[in-house]
Amino acid sequence: MVAKRIVVGAHYGLRDWMMQRVTGAIVAVYTVFLLAVLVMQPTLDFITWRSVFTHTWMRVPTFVCLLAIYFHAWVGVRDVLMDYVKHTTLRLCLMVIVVVALVAYTVWTVQILWSL
Amino acid sequence: MRLSIYRYDPDKDAKPYMREYDVPLEPTDQMLLDALVRVKTLDDSIAFRRSCREGVCGSDAMNINGKNGLACITKIADLKEPVVLRPLPGLPVIRDLIVDMTQFFKQYHSIKPYLINETPPPEGERLQTPEEREELNGLYECILCACCSTSCPSFWWNPDKFVGPAGLLQAYRFIADSRDQATSERLDDLEDPYRLFRCHSIMNCVDVCPKGLNPTRAIGKIKEIMLKRTV
Amino acid sequence: MAFAVRKFDAVIVGAGGSGMRAALQLAEADLKVAVLSKVFPTRSHTVAAQGGVAASLGNNGEDNWHWHMFDTVKGSDYLGDQDAIEFMCRKANEVVYELEHYGMPFDRTPEGRIYQRPFGGQTRNYGEGPVARSCAAADRTGHAMLHALYQRNVRARAHFFVEWMALDLIRNAEGDVVGVTAMEMETGEVVIFHAKAVLFATGGAGRIFSASTNAFINTGDGLGITARAGIPLEDMEFWQFHPTGVAGAGVLITEGVRGEGGYLLNKNGERFMERYAPTVKDLASRDVVSRAMATEIKEGRGAGKDGEYILLKLDHLGADVINKRLPGIREIALKFANVDCAKDPIPVVPTVHYQMGGIPTNYHGQVVVPKDGNMETIVPGLYAVGECACVSVHGANRLGTNSLLDLLVFGKSAGEQVIRDLNADPGLKDLPPDAGEFTRARLARLDDQTNGESVSQVGADMRRTLQLHCGVFRFPDLLVEGVAKIKEIAARAVHTEIKDKSKVFNTARIEALELENLIEVARSTMVCAEARKESRGAHDRSDFPDRDDKNWMRHSLWYKEGDRLEYRPVKLKPLTVAPFEPKARVY
Ligand SMILES: Cc1cc2nc3c(=O)[nH]c(=O)nc-3n(C[C@H](O)[C@H](O)[C@H](O)COP(=O)(O)OP(=O)(O)OC[C@H]3O[C@@H](n4cnc5c(N)ncnc54)[C@H](O)[C@@H]3O)c2cc1C
Ligand code: SF4
Ligand code: SF4
Ligand code: FES
Repeated sequence: MVAKRIVVGAHYGLRDWMMQRVTGAIVAVYTVFLLAVLVMQPTLDFITWRSVFTHTWMRVPTFVCLLAIYFHAWVGVRDVLMDYVKHTTLRLCLMVIVVVALVAYTVWTVQILWSL
Repeated sequence: MRLSIYRYDPDKDAKPYMREYDVPLEPTDQMLLDALVRVKTLDDSIAFRRSCREGVCGSDAMNINGKNGLACITKIADLKEPVVLRPLPGLPVIRDLIVDMTQFFKQYHSIKPYLINETPPPEGERLQTPEEREELNGLYECILCACCSTSCPSFWWNPDKFVGPAGLLQAYRFIADSRDQATSERLDDLEDPYRLFRCHSIMNCVDVCPKGLNPTRAIGKIKEIMLKRTV
Repeated sequence: MAFAVRKFDAVIVGAGGSGMRAALQLAEADLKVAVLSKVFPTRSHTVAAQGGVAASLGNNGEDNWHWHMFDTVKGSDYLGDQDAIEFMCRKANEVVYELEHYGMPFDRTPEGRIYQRPFGGQTRNYGEGPVARSCAAADRTGHAMLHALYQRNVRARAHFFVEWMALDLIRNAEGDVVGVTAMEMETGEVVIFHAKAVLFATGGAGRIFSASTNAFINTGDGLGITARAGIPLEDMEFWQFHPTGVAGAGVLITEGVRGEGGYLLNKNGERFMERYAPTVKDLASRDVVSRAMATEIKEGRGAGKDGEYILLKLDHLGADVINKRLPGIREIALKFANVDCAKDPIPVVPTVHYQMGGIPTNYHGQVVVPKDGNMETIVPGLYAVGECACVSVHGANRLGTNSLLDLLVFGKSAGEQVIRDLNADPGLKDLPPDAGEFTRARLARLDDQTNGESVSQVGADMRRTLQLHCGVFRFPDLLVEGVAKIKEIAARAVHTEIKDKSKVFNTARIEALELENLIEVARSTMVCAEARKESRGAHDRSDFPDRDDKNWMRHSLWYKEGDRLEYRPVKLKPLTVAPFEPKARVY
């Protein structure tokens, strides 16, 4: 029996691992920021909530945070797929679906944020 | 003492089963391995590996009441009966408590587990300060028992691609050695979503290491050094 | 059914320190080598060595190989061959430095050099006082060394056959060795390894005793195999009792504990070694310390409920030194003796540890036997190194840390000799027509045996006999009785029965085969001990309490056939320096 050769050396592990940390940090910072903003509001009803998001200083961070969440999700979901989906073609298909979905979410996010 | 032991002999058993044993112990039987040796005098067909009986050779790693450990340094008095013994999880079983370690050693060999220093050796020793030597403590003591790797979910899912805690601990042992010159190549080799980055710091490995070593810490150090050279 | 045949330049049986050092030499010379081992190489018993490896580097105080040589000759109680001892002591620095270059993580001195500690029997200026000669990696020197050697072999791409057990030698009509039979443990398949050179490095056989510091796998396979092939075993009466085995468990506490400043106490809290060895006290050589301890216990000054053990005190070293230099010892004491040695003394007793005798070789690792009046006729194709060999550098008593050195020096020199021999005569000699027949018959006997005794029963009787009849102190009546008993047990050992007949990883079969090897060792030990009418080194007889240089400056050679004994004079002439004349041995 010839042992199966395992090809490794994709050279991107560190980038993703770093991205997980960085995006995680962004989400954490944004959460604090959002809480602070909300606490500073006199009342908390749907009208104020909505108006807060009409400011650019709110829209941009929100967008960055959601983007971070998508990237974070990408790495996380890809890791899960790598662990459990051993069939390469199937895994690639699923990965493509995830990417398409995340890109769609991004477009949708822009639409929502800037249409308020 | 009551034991429930995983039995499987491909020569005669269609599938594995658990068998209960009741063994009378002698006062000198202190460790689980003593009990196993005692069982073997009653039933010579039970197969397990053992050698040093003092926790330095790494032969008798097994799953003891759900947790990986070495039978020879596990005290009988500390165990809840019946003691359930199974082979190490995640590796193919050859027979009874004996697993096929090929995959485990393949991963160990894959990290180039030897000192690389291409300069001509001096007549005497290569100098190393006590502080530099200290860096190797907690690394070189590994006995390759596989308790850690076989308790790591990431290794279960990708034993062929993820180096696993034992291999990574040794990878760091050479990265940390002031005499080794191949740090860059070693880091290059690990810069891979499977080989190193399958580790999600679940820490099972630290929990079971019978030598009290900390592969998670070593893995963290490797990542740290990689990061440093990138930024 | 004929066995499959595989061809190699050389086959090394054993992947402990000595086997792997030899393998490295051959692998780096690009020879086709098979290295067989019953266990994964790093599980060999060299892994358990704690204290250090001797070399007169002089990193912690002045030292030189002449002093080392003197200590070794004196330690051997003048039974060691002085040519081999000079060879070893002169080569020591070279092989230890090499080991460091392979990556061995030695402890360091503040200058960055290899750390050295004192050990028993090692002295400055021909016996003046202790010297630090043992190069150490904490108290895990053997572990660090075995892993470093394995790693270097991985780099050199040595070909390991892991979990293969060698069974019998194959010799042709001229008596030349042309191969071995071996069994793959996982499948039970037997293969003939046909080779130009066969090198044994199978380690010790401490498992012939009930209480031993040795691993389960130390069953003297190389000795059993050679003895069955008609080759004598040398000096088998000399077994070292290590002074400090954990009472009850047998697990070793390194002499390094005393090297770092620990000492022994009797129940009165007296540091009794001051009486037995005024100059070096607790660092006298092992036979001396073990006898002192046994005497204390015998005369009722032992500690413990039944006065059955001695106390090893080291708490005064402080937790820092213990954690830094002796971390493994602290672990062992906690696990096996239930004491924290940073607070309380460890209960210890002299425990069987090391076999000074073995397969007779010269210092090139070639096996030598008496033939036609020449006491040292080389057996072509056969080599032996490590604990299974008797070079003899350890004579009647080995000094601590000289064994790891022996592995390195003679592993290397045997490797070099194999290369020389293969260059001189590159042909592969034919296998005899009945190659493998002996092995087949032995295995068939075991498989077909009915109404036989269990392996564990016969094994237990053998161990009890040796423990009782061949201990630290030996008595004439017990020795004679022991010989008769062991012969009777040996007769039983060829009728053992195993219930398990499986082909797959059959450990019952392995243990039965191991017992057949152990029995040869046990028998040679009893017979040689009974025959040697003097006290020397580790062999201490109540009826002949003194060393008898006139009649007994000679090595015993035991043949399995008829338990025949022959003797060979000790080689008193070193290679270049003046001989060390036998003197009374005081420490
Ligand atoms: C607890 C302890 C501590 C020690 N501490 C020290 C110390 O500090 N300093 C020192 O100098 N010495 C020390 N010694 C002694 C020294 O460690 C041993 O003498 C030495 O390690 C023996 O090495 P070896 O290579 O001859 O054999 P081992 O290391 O015992 O290796 C034997 C090899 O042969 C293989 N083998 C055996 N039979 C077969 C077979 N039938 N087929 C295939 N393979 C086989 C085994 O698998 C193994 O690989 C110590 C010994 C013990 C027991
Ligand atoms: S910390 Fe990493 S290596 Fe250890 S068990 Fe978890 S995933 Fe495995
Ligand atoms: S790190 Fe610990 S558990 Fe893992 S192989 Fe080494 S000694 Fe065993
Ligand atoms: S038998 Fe060696 S580690 Fe347990």
